[in-house]
Amino acid sequence: MESLLQSFFGDNILTLLLYCSLPLVFLLLYALLAILGEVKVSAWMQDRLGPMRTGPYGIIQPIADVLKLLQKEDITPANADKFLFNLAPYLSFMSAYAALAVIPFSSQYVGADLNLGLFYLLAISSLNVAAIMMAGWASNNKYSLYGSMRAVAQIVSYEVPAAMVLVIVVMFIGSLNLQDIIIAQSGPFWNWIVFGGPKQDVMLASGHTLDASWTNLIFFPLFLGTFVMYYISGLAETNRTPFDIPEAESELVSGYHTEYSGMKFAMFFMSEYANMFIVSAVTAILFFGGWNSPFGVYLGDAFDAPWLVAVEQFGWLVLKGLFFVFMMIWIRWTLPRLRVDQLMYMCWKVLIPFSFGVALLVGFLVVIL
Amino acid sequence: MTENLDVLRQGIASGRLKTDELVLNMGPQHPSTHGVLRLELVLDGEIVVKIIPSMGYLHRCFEKHAEAMTYPQVVPYTDRMDYLAAMNNNHGYALAVERLLGIEVPERVEYIRVIMAELQRIASHLVAIGTFGMDVGAFTPFLYCFRDREYILDIFERTCGARLLYNYIWVGGLSHDVHDGFERDVADFIRKFRPTVTEVNNLLNYNKIFIERTAHVGVLPADVAVSYGCSGPMLRGSGVDWDLRRDDPYSIYDRFDWNVIVGDGAAGTLGDCWDRHMVRVGEMEESCRIIEQALESFPAAGDIAEAIPKRIRPPKGEIYTRVENPRGELGYYLISDGSANPFRLKVRGPSFVNLSVIDEISRGHLIADLVAILGSIDIVLGEVDR
Amino acid sequence: MSGYFKDIYEGIATALIGMKITWKHLFVRNVTIQYPDEKHDIPERVRNRLYVNMDDCIGCDQCAKACPVNCITIETAKSLPEENLGETSTGHKKKLWVTRFDIDIAKCCYCELCVPPCPTDCIFMTPTYEFSEYNRNDLIYRFATLEPGEAAEKTANAERIKMETAAKRAAELEEKKRAAAEKAAAEKAHDAGDPTAPSPIEHVAQRTDTRERTPKPSNTGGETSEPSSSGDKSAPSASSSGQPSSSGSDPFDMKTAPHDGSASVRSDAGADRDASSRPAAW
Repeated sequence: MESLLQSFFGDNILTLLLYCSLPLVFLLLYALLAILGEVKVSAWMQDRLGPMRTGPYGIIQPIADVLKLLQKEDITPANADKFLFNLAPYLSFMSAYAALAVIPFSSQYVGADLNLGLFYLLAISSLNVAAIMMAGWASNNKYSLYGSMRAVAQIVSYEVPAAMVLVIVVMFIGSLNLQDIIIAQSGPFWNWIVFGGPKQDVMLASGHTLDASWTNLIFFPLFLGTFVMYYISGLAETNRTPFDIPEAESELVSGYHTEYSGMKFAMFFMSEYANMFIVSAVTAILFFGGWNSPFGVYLGDAFDAPWLVAVEQFGWLVLKGLFFVFMMIWIRWTLPRLRVDQLMYMCWKVLIPFSFGVALLVGFLVVIL
Repeated sequence: MTENLDVLRQGIASGRLKTDELVLNMGPQHPSTHGVLRLELVLDGEIVVKIIPSMGYLHRCFEKHAEAMTYPQVVPYTDRMDYLAAMNNNHGYALAVERLLGIEVPERVEYIRVIMAELQRIASHLVAIGTFGMDVGAFTPFLYCFRDREYILDIFERTCGARLLYNYIWVGGLSHDVHDGFERDVADFIRKFRPTVTEVNNLLNYNKIFIERTAHVGVLPADVAVSYGCSGPMLRGSGVDWDLRRDDPYSIYDRFDWNVIVGDGAAGTLGDCWDRHMVRVGEMEESCRIIEQALESFPAAGDIAEAIPKRIRPPKGEIYTRVENPRGELGYYLISDGSANPFRLKVRGPSFVNLSVIDEISRGHLIADLVAILGSIDIVLGEVDR
Repeated sequence: MSGYFKDIYEGIATALIGMKITWKHLFVRNVTIQYPDEKHDIPERVRNRLYVNMDDCIGCDQCAKACPVNCITIETAKSLPEENLGETSTGHKKKLWVTRFDIDIAKCCYCELCVPPCPTDCIFMTPTYEFSEYNRNDLIYRFATLEPGEAAEKTANAERIKMETAAKRAAELEEKKRAAAEKAAAEKAHDAGDPTAPSPIEHVAQRTDTRERTPKPSNTGGETSEPSSSGDKSAPSASSSGQPSSSGSDPFDMKTAPHDGSASVRSDAGADRDASSRPAAW
């Protein structure tokens, strides 16, 4: 992808900027789709129609929403800490956007093919905590402060099980590179990690060969549990129901972004939806084969068109990611909200012991098999 | 799950954990104060130390207004007290004036009144259940409840022309006879309604998160409930077997076979939010049973207006009449000086009395619990402030 | 420990049950409609905007008295004897010009208490529910059919008649008194006791009756008077239909009230008779 851009624009800063802004284009388009999905799915689950006025069946409603947010007055409360208040939404969005750098959208496109991809992902998405804390503190509003305190406690706590779950997968594959993790799952869907990982030996991009056989099937229940744990942690990290305690509407009005309006609110909104996609995409990458086709074959191969393969791979990853985003929406409109102490109980007394236990078991099995 | 809190509380109590208190204004514009209630919370971290409810943002001088109205003119004002249970309000007021006048209303009127009051009870409980779900974060059951409430409102609209504020039950009778096909509509509704209860039960009431959020929360012991004068599902949720429809029968409730639903502490402690909530869920089914029996023996025809007095001037005297509203005991204390206007009309509003207990049962809980407790009390600010 | 695992199991199981329900509802037909395009059928008895059929209105003020929020304001003027206002469709004879019939629909509470008392069924609630306005004053519906000039003329006519009547009554009274005094003097002169003049006694009785009524405050709080009949939902009493209403807002009454305390009460009793004897030039 980079070479393609270079051939058009030459080897200069413009190429680099274009290359970096590709995910932004994707993110904006995805956010529009996700907003529409949220309103429409919630409406259908509640026997409603949802927005129907803007465009046929209301499909351009998200654009209207964005335009509305753009036009809104940008309010900074008089007693707010103006610098932090204005910085927080952009920092929040930045952390979400930076995380996209290591997401491999296809075998041909990944922003930065880091060997420490997963590690980077964990580190950069934790930056969001700082942004939320800044927003809550700078707003000078008790509700915002409560929201941000809750958010920080929650996100920091759930980093632990999330990281532990990643460790399990990394231990199994033997690489922190996301591209490697996906390549390890190539072939039909039974090679996905959630179904026990690859069933025959795979050559990773790093040159290391992963020995595998059908005995990997015994990992299936373990990885299924791991997947559930990761998804739950992901829900908690993105502040989605049933873990939407930081912005619990019935308690804290809107949590840390109570005082934000206009474009700054839109930034928080975007970062929430971006985080949703990142968690969904990472779930897909770690457990559901990433950009691998579930059938193991690509249409592009038949036509001998590598660019078509890349597009297909991109499509598969986005499709899988969107499925998990849909799951999040589905869960949100089904479940009630947990309480702060129950949330912590769930993290420290359920997810962390289980993830450690599974890590131990997987480590043990990897060694003996 | 509460042991974490206990450790925290112990630390605070022993003085090892030094914290400062924070005053938080909740309301009058807040998503979960059910209108314009304002709660001044004294908080220790997220733990509620003290609650000072401030009321009166919706005060409309109902009682003073009533003194300037003639007896029939008061009826639309009663609608506007507990606007989710306008039929029951009308019913209580009509009974009070009728007893003062010594009027017997026709059989058919009594049947229609009971059916309407029970439909209204279901409608009111549907709102209570739905909004309670919303308070703990589940939005979808709220809309399922509202969808079924619409069917009830449609029936009301067909009969009396209004969907919310009916002015239907008049002194001595009704404003309209029921519409053609009323019995079929009501039977249809009950048939459609019962699956919704099961659905909401599975979606919300038996959900583990919901139970965790509401069980053991806001426990109201029976003796406290009685001494605060709580009534309705609030009292029955605490295990007190008391329902005015059975224990101080009015209208024709003594003719029907139904049960008083009492909380049993099945999910947590007796008298917690879940018990109060489930009493409401159970009462909807009992109301359905009453309606079904009333439809079976529904008098085919009769003049609903025959007992409506031409001119209402009750003799000098006073009376206290109470009815079982969806929220509890609604009492009308009426003094007549023999003129066309009430000399004094005092209302004992169940929401108001039930709300008074909130400080007692919310202390030491988290903000999230407070929201659940407030939802389980099921206040209607129109009636609290009157 | 078993409780711990049971909690986890229940948590997952009940969440899945809930998700199954919401999944099913994805495919349930929506119950909402697209409002301005589609509308619900409106039942026959629906109570929305008030409407007054002025052809049938006799200006009896019953609806205004029944209204708990005083959103109806009616002013009437007596018709002249030569004016024929016709009959309503229910056969009531119209005797009053309705110079003002305002309904402030913004105040209306849609209780429908004004509808049953109407003797001619001319006020009723229509199924129209979309009548919002940008200006609050546009929500005051003026139903009176008379032109402003006409209305002023009719009011002036009625006032003149009233004044004339009052003057005439006063003159008659004066005459009677004088006659009685003369008679008494004559009788005194004749020294014979023959009580032939009951009219002063009658008059006194009427006066005390009036006093009993007037100091009572108007309990409906607004411009309506006569608390005795304001609560009456039954058919209107015929006597009140002859009396011009909203006397409180009528400057004329304010003026005459000190002049003769019983004028307004007496005028309606005697107006018809007096008016009929008035020459056609009025």
